[in-house]
Amino acid sequence: MIVKTLSSDHTIGWVVASFTTLAIVGLFLPNWVLNGTMFGLARGLAVLGLLLLWRTGLISFGHALYFGIGAYAVALLEKYTGVSDIFLRLAAALIAASVVGFILGFVLRNYRGIFFAMLSLAFSMVLYGVLIKSEALGSTDGFSVSQTTILGWQPETKYPLFLMIILIGALAAVGVHVYFRSALGHLTTAVRDNEIRVEYLGYSVARAIHLKYVFSAALTGTAGGLFAMALGQVDPDSMVNWTVSGELVFISVLSGPGSVAAPFIGAVAFEFLRTFAFELAPHAWQLIVGGTLLGIIFFLPRGLWSLMEHVLMRKERRRG
Amino acid sequence: MKKGMLHSGLLALALSAFTGASMVAHSAFADDTFKVAVVSFLTGPAAGPFGEPGRHGAELVIDAINEGTMPAPYDSVGFGGVSIEAMFVDESGGNAKQVAEYRNLIEKQGVDAVLGYISSGSCMAIAPVAEELQTLTVMSVCGTPRLFEGNNWQYTFRTQAHAVADSVAAALYIRDQLGDVKDYTGINQNYAWGQDSWKFFDIAMQKLIPGSSGSDSPQFPKIFAGQYGTEISTLLLEDADLVHSSFWDGDIEAFVLQASVRGFFDKKRFISVAGASAVDNLGKRFPEGTVVGTRGEYGILVREQEGELNEWFINAYRERYGVYPLESSYQYAQTVLALKAAMDKAAAESGDTPNKEQIIAAMKGLEFQSLAGNVSLTLGDGHQAVHPIGYGVTAWDDETDGPKLVDIRIYPTHCLLPPVNQMSEEWLEAAMPGADC
Amino acid sequence: MQATLTLLLDGLVYASYLFIVSVGLTIVFGVMKILNVAHGGFYAWGAYAAAYSIGVAAQLGLPDWFGLILIGVSSMCVGLIFGYLIERLILRRLYQHEEVIILLATFGLFLVLEDLILLVFGVNPYFAYQPMVYLGSVELGGIFRDVYSLSLLGLACLVAFVCWYILNRTKWGKILGTVIYDREISLAIGINVTTVYVWTFIIGATLGALGGAYISPTISVAPGISIDVIVLSFAVVVIGGMGSIPGALIGAVMVGMLRALAVHQFPELELFVVFAVMAIVLMIRPEGLFAPAKVRRI
Repeated sequence: MIVKTLSSDHTIGWVVASFTTLAIVGLFLPNWVLNGTMFGLARGLAVLGLLLLWRTGLISFGHALYFGIGAYAVALLEKYTGVSDIFLRLAAALIAASVVGFILGFVLRNYRGIFFAMLSLAFSMVLYGVLIKSEALGSTDGFSVSQTTILGWQPETKYPLFLMIILIGALAAVGVHVYFRSALGHLTTAVRDNEIRVEYLGYSVARAIHLKYVFSAALTGTAGGLFAMALGQVDPDSMVNWTVSGELVFISVLSGPGSVAAPFIGAVAFEFLRTFAFELAPHAWQLIVGGTLLGIIFFLPRGLWSLMEHVLMRKERRRG
Repeated sequence: MKKGMLHSGLLALALSAFTGASMVAHSAFADDTFKVAVVSFLTGPAAGPFGEPGRHGAELVIDAINEGTMPAPYDSVGFGGVSIEAMFVDESGGNAKQVAEYRNLIEKQGVDAVLGYISSGSCMAIAPVAEELQTLTVMSVCGTPRLFEGNNWQYTFRTQAHAVADSVAAALYIRDQLGDVKDYTGINQNYAWGQDSWKFFDIAMQKLIPGSSGSDSPQFPKIFAGQYGTEISTLLLEDADLVHSSFWDGDIEAFVLQASVRGFFDKKRFISVAGASAVDNLGKRFPEGTVVGTRGEYGILVREQEGELNEWFINAYRERYGVYPLESSYQYAQTVLALKAAMDKAAAESGDTPNKEQIIAAMKGLEFQSLAGNVSLTLGDGHQAVHPIGYGVTAWDDETDGPKLVDIRIYPTHCLLPPVNQMSEEWLEAAMPGADC
Repeated sequence: MQATLTLLLDGLVYASYLFIVSVGLTIVFGVMKILNVAHGGFYAWGAYAAAYSIGVAAQLGLPDWFGLILIGVSSMCVGLIFGYLIERLILRRLYQHEEVIILLATFGLFLVLEDLILLVFGVNPYFAYQPMVYLGSVELGGIFRDVYSLSLLGLACLVAFVCWYILNRTKWGKILGTVIYDREISLAIGINVTTVYVWTFIIGATLGALGGAYISPTISVAPGISIDVIVLSFAVVVIGGMGSIPGALIGAVMVGMLRALAVHQFPELELFVVFAVMAIVLMIRPEGLFAPAKVRRI
């Protein structure tokens, strides 16, 4: 039954296809484009985590908490044990973020709307406050992260890490997609629409949200770990401060909740736009971001993806 | 599945559109110029006192060398025969942004070498990436000793002595000029530079002035915090009458303004390791009688010093920018001079335009004449500079109607830094063997 | 004794500053149900406008006390111009959206305001110390204090009193109370809610700008000054109860005192303690410590 659903599902088909395309294209990309794409995709994974919550109507204004935990897990693992293996690093990021997400989930699952946003913000700022003032945790400097090894092998180029990032991105996209299609996934949309009715159906809304929250934390934590590996540096101001949470929310609004691929496209677009904006108009970057955010809220409440859907729909119609 | 293919086509198209656009923007650079990026704070609280003067210092000297208008020994045209094309890059935004920016500079802009960096945070973050990308990177201002102690970088150099030298010189100056100091406390920024400055100052004081004792609770506010009301209160409450600070950037200016209104400088002796820029920027608002250092033979410390290079620099700088060069102007110019010396040397040895490896080999262990003194790269396996460091006391010069330093003492290198192959902390704890000042 | 007094004063001065910055935020939330991140932008604009005009005044050779007037004038200008434009052009179109979406929109505005500062005032820091130097210092509890910082206490009390007076003793206060209680009924009984919203937002923006303008003589006014301030004032407002003016007062005193205590005794905890308290308050009393009881509408 599951196999049948999966095989008839277009989304999975094109995630696989675009993974293959990227894996091949990646071989020919200059380094800086490869880097930018990695940063973008890693951030996209974090945004996918946000999207998971957004489908329930929850917007977290503190997801930099998990992004930071993932990144710092990688850095601290290296500092205290010298480990630089990609699988151990990923495990550290994933486990650290999931554990924290699991614990905080007990509290956050009872909050909605603006209170959910504020409490998430408070938790992330607690971590920021600790990092910034603690010499053992690197204070404002953070730490360098050495190049990632794979089972003892030190690759010459960034391509293996790139491959890993797109692989994890694709797996996560498929996973989240399957989850949305499952009964539990449909349930969460129902939670957004009318929580009380869901309760009457006999489901525990709190538990469904808790589960989602942990998944979301795990995705964002993994993303933070990958980002730290791709960049080679962690620091509190660019990974944990509230502006980072705002940036992640911005990308998710930019991408829209329409598809599991949207966060990745949105984040990669964001990354390259930023690269060029810094060169052309370094003092207008935030202006562009802020203006875009307002524009989307006004005119494209379902994000850039809705434009894509529009185009696709027109094509289908013409064909049909 | 047909729709699936369409989707994937669109996705790939979207992604490769960015790629394509990016490729077009990537311009090739001409072979007969050497492209360097000069990184300093161009925005934020550190821009005015450090970033801009540093940028100007580098710009002035690069232009003069490209045109061949500098005095001897830098009077030949170009760097090893080639001229430098400089681009100026902003250091603000945090370490992660700097690392991303650095990768961009090398891999996208195709620069041949990177000069500069003011914050110790940036330097610590950049060095490993410089190694990974195998790019010559010469650091100008940052001071943490951790950069080369415990690390063995091949591609990174630093033309500025590190915080140990500043701290030891401060302690020596206190011993020689202030004499009776017993208790001291400090206010430093909570990152590599501030932490190290206090740590080594504390050890040096213990060794040089036996019986003195440091505070248990020195203050470590966040860099760029801006408001120091509460910190000033705690310092005023302490018994210690000497306060050490390695504040720089806009923080030292804000601190001095807030503290002087509260009579802080009447009650405490204040020693500022790197605050000389504020002496010029605040003018009469900077309290007289404060001990100030410039971290080397730079800025206000050597304003009256004779010497062809120094006088040329001060005059050319004033002519072009209308103000006196500050300490970071000297530090950035010094980095450019190191590159010039190394490239000339490499060119003379190879008889041709030198390549990266030849420049690095020539720079290793280099001794060169800076604007107002000599610098040699002896520590860190020939990558870390040593040079004399001096302090003075602020006073107002009625003749020029500007600030000046009096009671200047400049300490020689061997009194400030450990010999090759010894870690600073070890050397300090062993009561600085070999230092006879 | 001396230490306690110093700590108390440090805490109160900081609390006054926080109160002035946060009270506008809480008023706007109380009346309009908008958690306004752009408040940080008003703060920064206030600081820049004041620092810039004080600098110009000093160059023109105007006396130092003139700076105190400029602080008031520039914060009013910033509040009036930005408050009016933003409410009329942007926020008015968003009231039908969820609170969180409006929060995002104000975040977008915040970013825009930040960069407008760079474009208008450039990247170098401004100093406007003249008013602080003019007021001099006074010895209190054995150590010197600058009168300017102490005057923050007075300003905070003044702001608190004016807010209390307007809300409890004037017709305006009654109208506001009605709008806060139920927007639709207010419309039905003929209150011009649109006007109430515009003025509320202008007043909120002016108070944010006043916070920045008043603090500008004691700091170096540089890009990014509002990033830390806005989360701190969020903490204040959340602790006291979003929308409650007495709550903002008590939240500010709590945060100010905690921070002073931390800096004096446990410097590493300076930031941690503020946000930990914010999180704890949200966990045990999400509506804030002093929020009025609310009827739950289903």
